[in-house]
Amino acid sequence: MKITDKEVDYVALLGRLHLEPEEKTKYRAQLDDILKYMDKLGEVPTDHVEPMAGTVELYTPMREDVVRPSLSIEEALSNAPARTGTSFRVPKVIE
Amino acid sequence: MEYEAVIGLEVHAQLLTDSKAFCSCTTRFGAEPNSNTCPICQGMPGTLPVLNRKALEYTVRMALACNCTINEISRFARKNYYYPDLPKNYQISQYELPVAEHGWVEIETAEGVRRIGLTRIHMEEDAGKLIHDEDRPVSYVDLNRTGVPLIEIVSEPEIRTPEEAAEYLRALRAILVYLDVCDGNMQEGSFRCDANVSVRPVGQKSLGVKTEVKNMNSFRNVQRALQYEIDRQTEALRNGEPIVQETRLFDPTTGTTASMRSKEQAHDYRYFPDPDLLPLRVDPELVERIGRDLPELPSEKKRRFVEQFGIPPYDAAVLTASRELAAYFERTLELFPKPKAVSNWIMTELMRQLKGEEAGLASCAVKPEQLADLLKLIDAGTISGKIAKAVFEEMCSTGGDPAEIINRKGLVQISDSEALTELVRKVLDDNRGEVEKYLAGKDKLFGFFVGQVMKASKGKANPQLVNDLLVQELRARSRF
Repeated sequence: MKITDKEVDYVALLGRLHLEPEEKTKYRAQLDDILKYMDKLGEVPTDHVEPMAGTVELYTPMREDVVRPSLSIEEALSNAPARTGTSFRVPKVIE
Repeated sequence: MEYEAVIGLEVHAQLLTDSKAFCSCTTRFGAEPNSNTCPICQGMPGTLPVLNRKALEYTVRMALACNCTINEISRFARKNYYYPDLPKNYQISQYELPVAEHGWVEIETAEGVRRIGLTRIHMEEDAGKLIHDEDRPVSYVDLNRTGVPLIEIVSEPEIRTPEEAAEYLRALRAILVYLDVCDGNMQEGSFRCDANVSVRPVGQKSLGVKTEVKNMNSFRNVQRALQYEIDRQTEALRNGEPIVQETRLFDPTTGTTASMRSKEQAHDYRYFPDPDLLPLRVDPELVERIGRDLPELPSEKKRRFVEQFGIPPYDAAVLTASRELAAYFERTLELFPKPKAVSNWIMTELMRQLKGEEAGLASCAVKPEQLADLLKLIDAGTISGKIAKAVFEEMCSTGGDPAEIINRKGLVQISDSEALTELVRKVLDDNRGEVEKYLAGKDKLFGFFVGQVMKASKGKANPQLVNDLLVQELRARSRF
């Protein structure tokens, strides 16, 4: 195994996922398969090759700095599980 | 053992675009919460970000003004973290390949001009705003600011003192404001700063363990926070205590910093290239065009003011603090070419009226033409400098022309020596006791006589003429 239980726990924490013990075993095996597969790619010599975003040479398009209408406040808040006034309301978080 | 501080600063500047970085929502400040959002800045699945061309142009403008190299190809990356002000759970930023690198800005220090290196300038988007309820365990989220374009300017760890840090920030802010790419407002958060600070024994090459200090929303607080942190770290090292690498918040009420001790302390941002955005290419022709159109920058303007007009460096620094003030000075000077006199009037009387806010200049009732007219009237002896101050105040409140105010209020200086001689004689006659004492050698009383004559003339007497006449009249009386 390339990946430890502890690493599975850490990845789950970063992704805010709660995993049951049997899920941990299952995902550990899956993550392990993925990493092994990636190792295959690592065998290709790429020392002098520029990283590439796609097979065609394209760059990000840009738009003009023009304001267009936003969502109405009601639409903007329509998926909110909780709101106060026109703000989303969430459990208190202070970093 | 002597210790020295090593400071690096990270500055976030909000760009003055009309629309957001990756969507067309307005960037207007102060709107009702969540009135400026759309599926893109709310992070809805299936949307795609498209870069604002102006945001790129502003970034390039700042980068060139700070002597940076522009990378023709750069890349947007996702910075991942969970926080309610960030609806996508990642911030679009730049990581391995920023748009600009290797620049510098000049700052004034006690030992002369010093260059502070810039590691990089990159583009990113702002997060939303959280308001924490004081009574209930809830926070309120406003996503209006989410997606507003920012640049992050990262300095090399080359700053040595809190004073240098404040100077560096002033220099950066002045450049941003001169370029019209950021309004530089620290209170509203459009110009924000975090600091990395460490101390080490003088002479040691390697860097000490650093802390990151946040929550400093004025130049003064940056200085206070850094001084506190340097003293704290130096004290700890002297006592053999280790420095913990951590983020610390500055508390402006106590002037101290305190550890944040949050669970998210060990950030793992998992940066990776944003698959929604192709690599960014900056056309060399665009860079050339922006470079050609750069305005004169604050440090250049300051140098020119000293050389061309012969005013002191201090005056030049005050006058070039904003482009508007510098333009006001130059326009007045075209009409009244005595630099030091113009500079004095702007720095004292005009700045007093503006209450130190250069931004008030646009709404100031006195235009350069009117200030020049007033200075000409002083120069011609029509009014005294003292009366001129009162006239200036009137000009500021009514917007009137100086000549009109002077005529209306009958403030024309009395330079008629016959009338003044009469006034001088009357003052001396009324103060025979003082005249005797003066003639007996109490020279200091001369000022008293000047004051009395000025008072009798309601401030309108020509002071130089009063002086001359008093000398003459007192000498005449010494013969008796």
